[in-house]
Amino acid sequence: MPLHLDIVTPEKSIFSGLVDNVYLPGADGEMGILPMHAGLVTALQAGILHYLHNGQEVPLAIGSGFAEITQTKVVVLTDMALGEAEIDIARAEAGIKRAQEKLASVDHSLDAEEVAYLQGNIAKATAAISIKRRGRH
Amino acid sequence: MANLRDIRRRIKSVKNTAQITRAMQLVAAAKMKKAQDQAIAGRAYSKQLNGVLQDISEGFSDATHALLEKRTGSRELILIISTDKGLCGPINTNLARAIRAQSSPDADYVTVGRKLRIAMEKLGRKVIADFSVKDPVPFSDARAISTLLSRQFLEGNYDKVSVAYTRFVNTLSQVPEVVQLLPVVPPADHAEATATNDFLFEPSPADVLSAILPLYINFKVFQALMEARASEHSARMVAMKAATDNAKKFIKELTLEYNKLRQGAITSELLEITTAMKAME
Repeated sequence: MPLHLDIVTPEKSIFSGLVDNVYLPGADGEMGILPMHAGLVTALQAGILHYLHNGQEVPLAIGSGFAEITQTKVVVLTDMALGEAEIDIARAEAGIKRAQEKLASVDHSLDAEEVAYLQGNIAKATAAISIKRRGRH
Repeated sequence: MANLRDIRRRIKSVKNTAQITRAMQLVAAAKMKKAQDQAIAGRAYSKQLNGVLQDISEGFSDATHALLEKRTGSRELILIISTDKGLCGPINTNLARAIRAQSSPDADYVTVGRKLRIAMEKLGRKVIADFSVKDPVPFSDARAISTLLSRQFLEGNYDKVSVAYTRFVNTLSQVPEVVQLLPVVPPADHAEATATNDFLFEPSPADVLSAILPLYINFKVFQALMEARASEHSARMVAMKAATDNAKKFIKELTLEYNKLRQGAITSELLEITTAMKAME
């Protein structure tokens, strides 16, 4: 019995369909979800999500968000999800550099939210790059 | 009766107006398409988010998270999303009417959009903050607004936070709405609620809630901004189309009058010539 996976971002619905398994970057580490998993709600951190769709492994770089898991359904809500084709390494690297420069300039003790936001951006871009690199080898 | 030159001048000025309204109509139509697509795309996320929140909310009482806490006071803060520019039909007046009807008159306001900010200030209402939002709506703008709203609520300055915006239905119809934002009320209209609600939470229920609730508020604000933007461009497109059509009708009427006058002038001129010829014979 396959799982129904929905991945949505505020801008659009990224994927909706049946998959055999899903691997998510949970807040406490990566977790694999198979059909008939116990009901679970988890926070997600920026990283790589991959799922098995029609015998094909599909990786996506996702931002932070959360996932709701029931026995037959996985709903992933995140602020970003990029497939391999949409990732531009040069842009991602430039993004990391920009975020790091900004991170160095803000006051960490005062602007915790901004710091978290920038660190999130770095994590997202790092995940995107690692997907692209893995695809090439 | 107006003379020929006056009518010619009026036709020219109406033509100019029609040209301007037509240009505005085309610009609005282009922006409308984008804004509508964005608003509709966001609804999928909104629906899923509502579903998740409803599924997990059954396990929680009001006290679980500060953003869920219901208070007895009646101090209200309203986020009003209007438009910066006019010439967009009746959406701002309709929104103002809905706000008057559905909220207490001593509420304070946070505004997006110049039109209703000015209206509220004229009425002597307190506007505590004003934001300008780019077009198309970026998510970061919504974040700034919702952060302010949550902070005001959490610090106890207000007991209830609502958002007033114009919901986009279709190009011809937009509905003004005032909905409660804080304390968060789990949405009840989610039809396909999963029956078994024994959810595990990772890392912990409190952590999950404090991740979801701010996101939910951010997104509610974001969606309201997008809906309002789509409504604005739609209303402007329709208003400008009506103006262009009216101007064209007016030009037609004026041209008819002009031709009638011209014909009359020619006839009387001919008459003069023939009488003069008759007299010479």
